[in-house]
Amino acid sequence: MLQSISHNSVGKSDVVAFKLADQDFCIDIGLVREIRGWTPTTMLPHAPDYVKGVINLRGSVVTVVDLSARLGFGAATPSHRHVVIIAMHAGRIVGLLADLVSDILPINDDHIQAVPDIASNPAREFIVGMITLEDGRILRKIDLAQLLPAAHGVDA
Amino acid sequence: MADMDEFRDMFFVECDELLEVLATGLRQIEQPGFDVETVHAVFRAVHSVKGGAAAFGLTTLVTFAHRFETVLDLVRSDRLDVTPQIMALLHRCSDCLTDLVASARSGRDTDQAQVDGLMTELAALIDTETPEETAFEFTPISLDFDMPLSFDPVPPPASGLLVQMTPTFQLYRSGNDPMALLNALRKLGDADVHLDCEAVALLEDWSPEQPALSWQVRLSGAASQPDVMSVFEFVEDCCALTVRPLTEDDLPAPTPEPSAAPADTAPVAQIVRDAPTTAPPRAVQQQDSAQAAPTIRVALDRVDRLMNMIGELVIKEAMLSQVIQTAGLHEQPDVVAGLDAIRQLASDIQESVMAIRAQPLKLVFQRMHRILREAADATGKPVRMITIGEQTEVDKTMIERLVEPLTHMIRNSVDHGLEDSVTRQRRGKPQEGTITLSAAHRSGRVQIEVSDDGGGINRAKVRQIAEDRGLIAPGANLSPAEIDQLLFLPGFSSKDEVSALSGRGVGLDVVRREIMNLGGRVMIQSTEGQGTTFSIALPLTLAVVEGMLIQLGDQTMVLPITAVQETLRPENTMLHGVGHGSQLLSNRGELIPIIDLCTSFGVTRPAEGPDTGVLIVVETDSRRRAAFRVDAIFDQRQVVIKSLEQNYGRVPGVSAATILGDGKIALIIDPEEILLSMSNDQGRRMAAMASNG
Repeated sequence: MLQSISHNSVGKSDVVAFKLADQDFCIDIGLVREIRGWTPTTMLPHAPDYVKGVINLRGSVVTVVDLSARLGFGAATPSHRHVVIIAMHAGRIVGLLADLVSDILPINDDHIQAVPDIASNPAREFIVGMITLEDGRILRKIDLAQLLPAAHGVDA
Repeated sequence: MADMDEFRDMFFVECDELLEVLATGLRQIEQPGFDVETVHAVFRAVHSVKGGAAAFGLTTLVTFAHRFETVLDLVRSDRLDVTPQIMALLHRCSDCLTDLVASARSGRDTDQAQVDGLMTELAALIDTETPEETAFEFTPISLDFDMPLSFDPVPPPASGLLVQMTPTFQLYRSGNDPMALLNALRKLGDADVHLDCEAVALLEDWSPEQPALSWQVRLSGAASQPDVMSVFEFVEDCCALTVRPLTEDDLPAPTPEPSAAPADTAPVAQIVRDAPTTAPPRAVQQQDSAQAAPTIRVALDRVDRLMNMIGELVIKEAMLSQVIQTAGLHEQPDVVAGLDAIRQLASDIQESVMAIRAQPLKLVFQRMHRILREAADATGKPVRMITIGEQTEVDKTMIERLVEPLTHMIRNSVDHGLEDSVTRQRRGKPQEGTITLSAAHRSGRVQIEVSDDGGGINRAKVRQIAEDRGLIAPGANLSPAEIDQLLFLPGFSSKDEVSALSGRGVGLDVVRREIMNLGGRVMIQSTEGQGTTFSIALPLTLAVVEGMLIQLGDQTMVLPITAVQETLRPENTMLHGVGHGSQLLSNRGELIPIIDLCTSFGVTRPAEGPDTGVLIVVETDSRRRAAFRVDAIFDQRQVVIKSLEQNYGRVPGVSAATILGDGKIALIIDPEEILLSMSNDQGRRMAAMASNG
């Protein structure tokens, strides 16, 4: 359901909205490279539990992060209906496993509200803002930098 | 201006080559009975750097190069004896020139104090000999084609011009007539034309394709250098040309101090060098002729793109052969033959591209001479360096990344390896220490060795230090080789007091890490009293590895074939339990620990008996052995290495990833790291860590 891709004028931006455990989330569209269906991953030994493994993206090795596990909903059991959002962050490519991508939406920056003080929820630290949509849904905007596994330093 | 930037880049590339000629030449001059031509080559190198620098307004560089060149000219005209002191000074000047070029390139500040110091020392030499001005009266040599046209830093007053032109065969072949050029010159002012026909051979030696004539035109009037250059605009690449202002004492003899239009300097220098040297009968430099194969410069990323595509080709080829297998066509002889041909081609192309990226280690070794000199100066130990096999080629990326570790190793050998001269004398060794830097291809790897003829590793002391610093448990049972490995531990510094040169707390551990990042290993061999040898074993390429495809649970992984010794399906009698959970394999009388890779990587294995699967006996570069238990081995093939670190990070026990025929990713196992994780004795583990990371 592609509504419109507005020109990024001041105070406006587009986000990619997706669903995880019946909650709506979004990330800035500028970070998203493509969206593809789930394909089985190759496991990475000694990786954090939210790292599903790696996939081959046209010759590059790309890590897939299980957003569900990362945000505290428990590990996903991906099926072919799941999607992987390929995003670029700080020069690294990462895949985000989500239930489904729902929309691409234009957002006014002044519609983004600060996250209310909720109890120590694992999701809390990854969410940078909340957006109320006209149909009453709430989009939780995600901060990729917090979400991703830190680059593992090569320590001897 | 993009063009100017391009010229600038070209100039610096040029400089690198010239500086190499300079450094090599200086070392040859040091040898007894050096060729006079070498001095000329050195002189020309400095002169060309100066010329180019002037075109880009790099004043500091020009001033320094000018004085350096003046002194070299004294050497060249036998007015200055090459004493060891002078030689040392020339070396330092060459280093300084390298620094100046580097700082001009990066736009960083130069070490002015160092430059000034050398300038003064050079000036002192010039003063004792002859005033600097007259230093430009060169011994006339017939003509100098290697000399790029350059711009004199101090433009003299325009009282007239001296134009020296020597057409090459190219000029005649392209249908140009020297007469037309001379006529054009005459239009610029009063021209006094001399024909130099000294080079004309006797009829019996005469070759019609060897131009032998050269003209000298003294042009008086207001004509400027650019005016003259415009006459030669279309022939400057097929005609050796020098234009310079007339001076009082101008002799009709040609002089090799040229000057010309500034902007064209770099490209002209390039072209002139590549042009066939024809007219003047003069000795062709032997060393240069070896490198004279025609070359082109290609941006590295183009080669890399090609490399990537070939990587994809190899993957696709594997994919295709899998499809053919599945379709049941693999028994059709023509299909198999076709596939084999493609595979052969793909691997040939891969090798060819790899050869494009390959560069001789000379580029690194060259720089080590300077490092050695500086290290020798800093420690006051007389040292000489022997380099062997500098033509050995390795991947370009490796060349660049080898500089740092080798620098460190050379410094380390001078500082820690060699004894001081008093001790050396007492031990009956020559006062001058020797460091040998050698390279060779050895069974699919490149082996680089840095060896010194010093005192060898003092193992008791190394052990003591390691214990003092809590790196190993006191009294740990270590073999001599394991003690040597302790040197690679982070923070280990075996000198009692920290020396300014190499003991900065960072040391061999950095070397080891750098080499490991290149997929290589460092090993030490040391004989008490006779010296120490560090050897680096590097893969030939960073792009491909020959691997064995193994099955672990539902995962496919790749084990590099270099580590594999044998594979076997063990009989129960060959397996011996040791304590709880540990097992040993007794193989032809040798006891080898068994490591279950499923456990190492946390792969869940479908519930089966414990004794299924295959054992792969591996031996690592550090001579450690183990038997890896895997579920199955199903193929052996070349795989293209893909970085895991780029998008994720380092994974313990895994060196990289690759893409299999079905498009899936498989991890490439690092056996050395796996072995390290099983060591439980602390000392051993530290020693193992030191060699593996």
